[in-house]
Amino acid sequence: MAVYCLVELDDAGVADVSLRALTFARGLADGLASPAGGRLAAVLFGGPPEADLAPYGVTDIIVMSGIDGYAPQAWARALASLLDPAVPDVPLSGVPLSGVPLSGVPLSGVPLSGVPVRGVTGASVTGAGGAVAVVAAATDRGNEVLAHLGAITGAPMAANCVTVSPAADGAWALVRQRWAGLLLEEALLDGSVALLTVATDAVSAETQDSSASVSAETPAAFASASAAPVMHRVSASVREADLVVRAVETESGTGGASLATARVVVGGGRGVGSAAGFAPLEELAALLGGVVGVSRVVTSEGWRPHSMQVGQTGTKITPDLYLACGISGAIQHIAGCSGAKHLIAINKDPSAPMMTRADYAVIGDLHEIVPALVEALRDRAGP
Amino acid sequence: MEILVCVKRVPTVGGAITLTADRRAIDTKMSGFTISPHEECAVEEAVRLVERFGGSVTVVSLGPGEAQEQLRSCLALGASAAVLLETAAGAETGPIATAAALSAVAASGSFDLVLLGNEASDTGDYQVGIRLAHLLGWPVATGIKAIAMADDGASLTAARTYRGATETFTLPVPCVLTVKEGINLPRYPSLPGRLRAKRAPVTRVDGPQPAAGEIRMTSLRLPEAPKKQATVLGHGADAVPALLAVLTEIGVL
Repeated sequence: MAVYCLVELDDAGVADVSLRALTFARGLADGLASPAGGRLAAVLFGGPPEADLAPYGVTDIIVMSGIDGYAPQAWARALASLLDPAVPDVPLSGVPLSGVPLSGVPLSGVPLSGVPVRGVTGASVTGAGGAVAVVAAATDRGNEVLAHLGAITGAPMAANCVTVSPAADGAWALVRQRWAGLLLEEALLDGSVALLTVATDAVSAETQDSSASVSAETPAAFASASAAPVMHRVSASVREADLVVRAVETESGTGGASLATARVVVGGGRGVGSAAGFAPLEELAALLGGVVGVSRVVTSEGWRPHSMQVGQTGTKITPDLYLACGISGAIQHIAGCSGAKHLIAINKDPSAPMMTRADYAVIGDLHEIVPALVEALRDRAGP
Repeated sequence: MEILVCVKRVPTVGGAITLTADRRAIDTKMSGFTISPHEECAVEEAVRLVERFGGSVTVVSLGPGEAQEQLRSCLALGASAAVLLETAAGAETGPIATAAALSAVAASGSFDLVLLGNEASDTGDYQVGIRLAHLLGWPVATGIKAIAMADDGASLTAARTYRGATETFTLPVPCVLTVKEGINLPRYPSLPGRLRAKRAPVTRVDGPQPAAGEIRMTSLRLPEAPKKQATVLGHGADAVPALLAVLTEIGVL
């Protein structure tokens, strides 16, 4: 039995959200009724991960090739082929990678350390009926690919899951977010294969060692946990129609940290008062190595573009620090920033929801406090 | 061009969410209903496309009889026909059955484009548009924040933001797009629009019965209230030293 987890790559290697999804998927695999827990297969499109996934309990790495760029339906078709019981089993002992640096692994079906790569196309980790779940981070891509997979297989899909556990009669009991996390739904999911995306702001990435040190409930099945994952190379077989919709990057990013992944976000709301009022916030964000995010009123006033909006209909952020300036804290905004590790609010109104919700609050006018903070940080940085 | 827009009646959520006694729904005694912001933008986008290229906008909703209130709001904004797939009060229809019911409506007309919100703001299932597209055999792109028709009308490009970059999809028509807030700034309904919407007919059709093989909600609950009281660092610029100390303590500096 196995759990498959779609792993997304970004500039830094394996996306942090995917490490969270892997942590969630590992918990699911550990609960499976087989001697050493189920296997956890990381599925990647494009190339092997540069990061070591073994600490996350990954037993198998499946590198999908043959799809040029991001084509959501094609990715889903490739995942569906892994679940197809008609696909022959691949012996798991096929390609042990121990001692071989990942970056140096020849993947194109050539013998590796004298071991012939068997079943290199259309490979499934476990063979017939083995897959119990496919997991992905609840990102735009994760939700989209799993929805396609649901449509292709007819299986139900649950987005933004927080926890999952086996229930009676082969169903899954899960908790998932509604209203972007303002509400939690307890639900049962039937289906031979569970399709789950993981709420990116509700689950943290933990290696097995770190989770073992904080949790006494960790199963003893981790004995073989740090063994190197088995590498599989799979040539995706897709249909022409699956490739019709394919992403072409027409404008690259700013090069700066993106809102979703920034370590520090300086937020500005109605209290900023105007488009020009954001200059000190932008300077503060730059000094803290972060980016500016805004509330919905700021984008509907046209002070800043919608791409900077934090909240249910904007971006959900998970920074180490969210410094909210002049934001009262509508619950749709709270939904977008509740994944922040630390929350500091600056507001004239001490009873604003954002102020009561924050870890630290400064009462007063942001137009006075932010420039003073900028000055202090500049002084600190030296002449 | 003929455009179908799918909208969903959802509670208006403002201050705090409270649940009904059976914990299966949001208590709406003190609030109203609306459609998701993404869907408001989908309606606006459809109206703009029709204003530019001709044709008409049809809105469809799956929900209780009261959802015709939301359909009339869309008619006031410039849609010219409305279909209600009526379900029993209090019933939740899962995304698989919803997509199937919507696909029957989409297939019954000669639509060039079906627009939906990227996700409904209440259940946030992130899949109805994609399942609908598969049932129709049409291509689909999601999270779209800009749409441009090709000159010959046979295809369109749809762009979205992904990790700060813009990625663009080219889709043949007919196709399905799910859009996000930010694609446009929705207009307010005009007075003539509202008067027209009052009189316009809403076609009512029986919606699907709850089906097996879907995700089954057992109950709803509110997340645990966030801990303790906020620590007040001070008032005005005098709080800056304390702020710096906190920034250092949490490792930002």
